[in-house]
Amino acid sequence: MEITTRNEKNAVVVTVTGRMDAVTAPEFEKNLSPLMAAGAGTVVINFRELEYISSAGLRSILAVAKQLKAHQREMVITGLQGSVQEVFKLSGFYSIFKIAASEEEALNTD
Amino acid sequence: MQILCTIKMPATRENFPALMQAVADCARSQGISSEKLYGIELATEEALVNIFNYAYQGAHGEVEIVCMRDDGGKFVMDIIDSGAPFDLLSVKDPDVTAGIAERPIGGLGIYFIKKFTDDVCYRREGGKNILRLTVVAGNNPGLR
Repeated sequence: MEITTRNEKNAVVVTVTGRMDAVTAPEFEKNLSPLMAAGAGTVVINFRELEYISSAGLRSILAVAKQLKAHQREMVITGLQGSVQEVFKLSGFYSIFKIAASEEEALNTD
Repeated sequence: MQILCTIKMPATRENFPALMQAVADCARSQGISSEKLYGIELATEEALVNIFNYAYQGAHGEVEIVCMRDDGGKFVMDIIDSGAPFDLLSVKDPDVTAGIAERPIGGLGIYFIKKFTDDVCYRREGGKNILRLTVVAGNNPGLR
């Protein structure tokens, strides 16, 4: 799994590439922690390059979402497709998170 | 039923990548579609994580995975441990409509095993938990 972050106006875009499984998911939380503690604004998570996610991956996203909520910050997920999207839908995560069709749309939500 | 591959390792997280790789390689060698492969990998991961976390209660133990192809072409996996008896089919489905704050941790893994495979069977035999997962290789199981 690879995580890259990019600053946009009033937002941070996090792109996740590869696999979020039982071994790699904790890395996601660890990587995002400093970003969440220091920054402000919306966090856009782009999963377009994510090939695989399991319940461990969802758990780490939920943990990040809870931390952001505690800091009154918003999280928007984009780039969901194929089986990864199906995992989000089946788990109900599709309806508890803000989902955008594109990064552009995610950056323009408020 | 034709046995395709058997892998047996200590049931620890360090062996997770190797176990996953063995199952994925085996499924790929059978020409399983990427969509089906996702379900096979997901169900395998969730079953393995349950075994790592709960089967041996901190003691050492092993996990064995046997991949098979049945006469009808279905991809069948037995995931076997010698830990505490545990029938995951007895676990209630999680509330997938709960919001962020009240979301319980856990429960989703077993739900995914059921949703991403075509059949799940559990039996306790000779002191072992045997979880049999079946995936119809040819078509889409869809959402049950």
